[in-house]
Amino acid sequence: MSGVHCTNLIKRYGDLVAVDRLSFQVARGECFGLLGPNGAGKTTTIEILEGLVEPDGGEVQILGMTWRGHDRELRQRIGVQLQETQLAEKLTVEETLRLFRSFYHRGRTIDELLRLVELESKRRSWVGKLSGGQRQRLAVACALAGAPDLLFLDEPTTGLDPQSRRQLWQLLAQFRSQGGTILLTTHYMDEAETLCDRVAIVDHGKVMAEGSPRELIATLGAPRVVTHQGTLEDVFVALTGRHLRDE
Amino acid sequence: MNVERGGAWHPLVELALARLREFVREPEAVFWAFIFPILMSVTLAIAFPGGGNKPVLVAVEPGAGAERIRDALQHASGVTIRDVGTGNEARALREGDIHLLIVPTTPPTYRFDPAREESRVARLVVDDALKRAAGRTDPWAARENPVQVPGSRYVDWLIPGIVGLNIMGTSMWGIGFAIVQSRMRKLLKRLVASPMLKREYLLAQVGGRLVLLAPEAGVPLVFGVLVLGLPVRGSIAATSIVCLVGALAFGGIGLLLASRARTFEAISGLMNMTMVPMWVLSGVFFSSSNFPQAVQPLIHALPLTALVDALRNVVLDGAGLAAVSRELAVLAGWGLGGFAIALRIFRWT
Repeated sequence: MSGVHCTNLIKRYGDLVAVDRLSFQVARGECFGLLGPNGAGKTTTIEILEGLVEPDGGEVQILGMTWRGHDRELRQRIGVQLQETQLAEKLTVEETLRLFRSFYHRGRTIDELLRLVELESKRRSWVGKLSGGQRQRLAVACALAGAPDLLFLDEPTTGLDPQSRRQLWQLLAQFRSQGGTILLTTHYMDEAETLCDRVAIVDHGKVMAEGSPRELIATLGAPRVVTHQGTLEDVFVALTGRHLRDE
Repeated sequence: MNVERGGAWHPLVELALARLREFVREPEAVFWAFIFPILMSVTLAIAFPGGGNKPVLVAVEPGAGAERIRDALQHASGVTIRDVGTGNEARALREGDIHLLIVPTTPPTYRFDPAREESRVARLVVDDALKRAAGRTDPWAARENPVQVPGSRYVDWLIPGIVGLNIMGTSMWGIGFAIVQSRMRKLLKRLVASPMLKREYLLAQVGGRLVLLAPEAGVPLVFGVLVLGLPVRGSIAATSIVCLVGALAFGGIGLLLASRARTFEAISGLMNMTMVPMWVLSGVFFSSSNFPQAVQPLIHALPLTALVDALRNVVLDGAGLAAVSRELAVLAGWGLGGFAIALRIFRWT
C-alpha cells in the first residue's frame, strides 16, 4: 500500500500554473524528496498533499485514503511541518507541545517528545527565545506529537547550522527505522542524498526526473563527470539550468 | 493529566490556556484591559465629584454698568464669575470656559449657545439673580427640599456604560488581534494541518478571555462602589451573568471581524468601524433617546445598547434576569450569529 499517491495534480494561481500535471508515488516506509529551485511548485504540491490547498485537478491518495471524507482520520495519522510557521512566541516549549499533543488520540508523552528533540533543558523557555535550530526541532516535535505514519516536511533544514541539520537528519532516520514514511522538500542535494531513497526533481510544476539519487547521478553519463565524482547537484543543475531563481 | 493525550488536557482547555497565557504575557494588553478602566473611572470621579451643584460660569463684558452686574451676581448662589480677558470672550464661550457672556446694556444682553445645556441653565440663573437685584418681587418663595439620591447621579448612570464599553473593547480587540497575528504568522495554517477542531479553536479564543472578564468588569464596578458611592441594587449573580453574556456576544463579533482580515490595519479598521458608532449610539455617555424615534429600533438591536441597558437595569434598578431577557436575547443572537458565520467564512491559510 502506498503512503502517497498523486496523479496529474494541477494548481493554478491566476495565469500562473504552479503545479502542472504532477504525478508521483511514495511507498510506505520510504523517504521521498521533492527537489527544485525556488518557485518550482514544491510547496504548493506538498500543501495539496497535506490537504491544505485544494487542487484544480488531479487525484490524491494519502495512506490509501482521499482527503474528501477522511479528513479527520488522516489528520490523526500525518505529521506536518510547514515552511513558514512561527509558533506562538510567548508560550514555552512545553506549553506548545502540550497544545499540539492534545489534538491527537495517540502518541508520545510530552517528556518523551522533549527528549526526542533534545529540548528538555529548554522546556520552560519561551519559543521566542529559542535559536533557529531549536525552533525547527520544536516544529518537528509538534509534527511527531501524534506518532504519525507519514511525515510531511517542507524545507526542514533551511537556514540551520551544520550541527542542527545533522541532528535533525538523525531524528528523521530514527523515525524511518520505526517504519515511518517521509515526504520532504529541500534545496540541499547532500540532504537528499543522505535522507532520501528516491527523489523527484521538480521545475515549472512538473517532474523533470525521478529515481534514486544514485540512478539520477548515473544518467549524467561519462562525459560530464570527468573532473570530479558526479553529484546530485550536477543532475539538478543539468535539469533546471544555471540561471538564478529569485522569488 | 490524561494518559490518552500524553499528559495534555482536552484540546479546548489547552487552546484556551494558550490564549490566556499569551494575553497575560503581553504587558500592553494587560494595561488596556485593567488599567484603562481604572484611569477612566478616576477621571470621571474628578469630573463628577459628589453633589451635582456645579456653579454656572459666566463672564461680564467691560463697559458702563458692568460693575453693577458683577455686584449683583457676586451675592447670587450658584454663579461663578470668570475673568477671561477683554477680547477673549467669544473663544471662552466656544471652549466652554464660560457658559454665558453678559453684555452690560440696558437691559443686559446674554450671549450664549442655546444648544448647550449648561448655557441654558446659566441664562436662567443669571436672569433670575439680576432681576431680583433690580428689585423684582416674587409672589412667593418655594420651599426647596434637595435630595441626593444615590443611583440617580450622572456618574452612577455612566459607570454601567463604562463597564459595557470595557467588555466590548477588550473582547473585540483581544480576540481580533490575536487571531490576525496567528494568521500572519501562519500559525492558523499549522493548526488546521493538525486534527484540531476548528470550532474548538474559535470557542477557545472566546473562552480563554472569559477568565479575564471578572477583573475587566469588576474593576470599574468596584471602583464605582468604593470611590463614587455607586449603589449596586441587583444581585452579583445577575450582574455577572449579564457581563458574561455580553462578553460572549462581543467575542462572537470579534471572531467574525477577524475571520478574514490578513493585516493589523484591516482588523483595526473593521474594529473601529464596528465600535465607534456604538460608542455614540448605544447610550454610554448620553441617553440614546436623544436620537430620532425612527432609528430607535436599530439602536436597540445593537449589542452595546443591549449590554448597557441590561447592566443599568440590573445594577441601578435591581432588576432580575427575567426583566432583561430581551437584552440578553439580543446579545445571545449577536454572539451565536457571529460565531456561526465566522466558522463558515474563517480564513485559516
